[in-house]
Amino acid sequence: MQINRKIESKLQAALAPQSLEVIDESHLHAGHVGARPEGETHFRVHVVSAAFAGRSRVERQRMVYAALAEELAGPVHALSIRAQTPDEA
Amino acid sequence: MIDKDSFERIQGTVNGNDVTLFMKGSPQFPQCGFSAAVIQILDYLQVKYHSVDVLQDDGIRQGIKEFSNWPTIPQLYVKGEFVGGCDIIREMAQSGELAEMLDEKKIEYAAP
Repeated sequence: MQINRKIESKLQAALAPQSLEVIDESHLHAGHVGARPEGETHFRVHVVSAAFAGRSRVERQRMVYAALAEELAGPVHALSIRAQTPDEA
Repeated sequence: MIDKDSFERIQGTVNGNDVTLFMKGSPQFPQCGFSAAVIQILDYLQVKYHSVDVLQDDGIRQGIKEFSNWPTIPQLYVKGEFVGGCDIIREMAQSGELAEMLDEKKIEYAAP
């Protein structure tokens, strides 16, 4: 499975988001440390989920990181996160 | 697993400095865009900080992730407390929360 599909399905399962965007930004980092020729190394996610209600910024990002621990330990070099509740979005 | 020596060195660093940034590269020559972004924000606010280049020390590079339960670098600490990484610092800078937090923690900075 493509990595962005994996990220999507894991975040769907963990956070039941109201909306979810996974953007592959690897092309912006081509040639940098951590970039691979085949891409799929740098991602940006925008997650809107009720699960973030009452959680601090740090706690919200930890929830996303936890869902994607396997990817972060492996092929994903960088992950930029925007985590909002439906009220904030 | 984080070794005891790395843990103690990290603990000593974050307790010994009001503001510590764990980053890739140096403030003059950041080796990563996310580290560079945080440096830019701290410089903009004229905050004095201590920086640690994790690329120079693999024990720190791996250890810092367990120390804070945070898998990415950069990481900013203020008065011994983990504040966040690049996304969080950027959001806090934009919303004004970063300045509020610096006020609360009695850290000197120049209001822009």
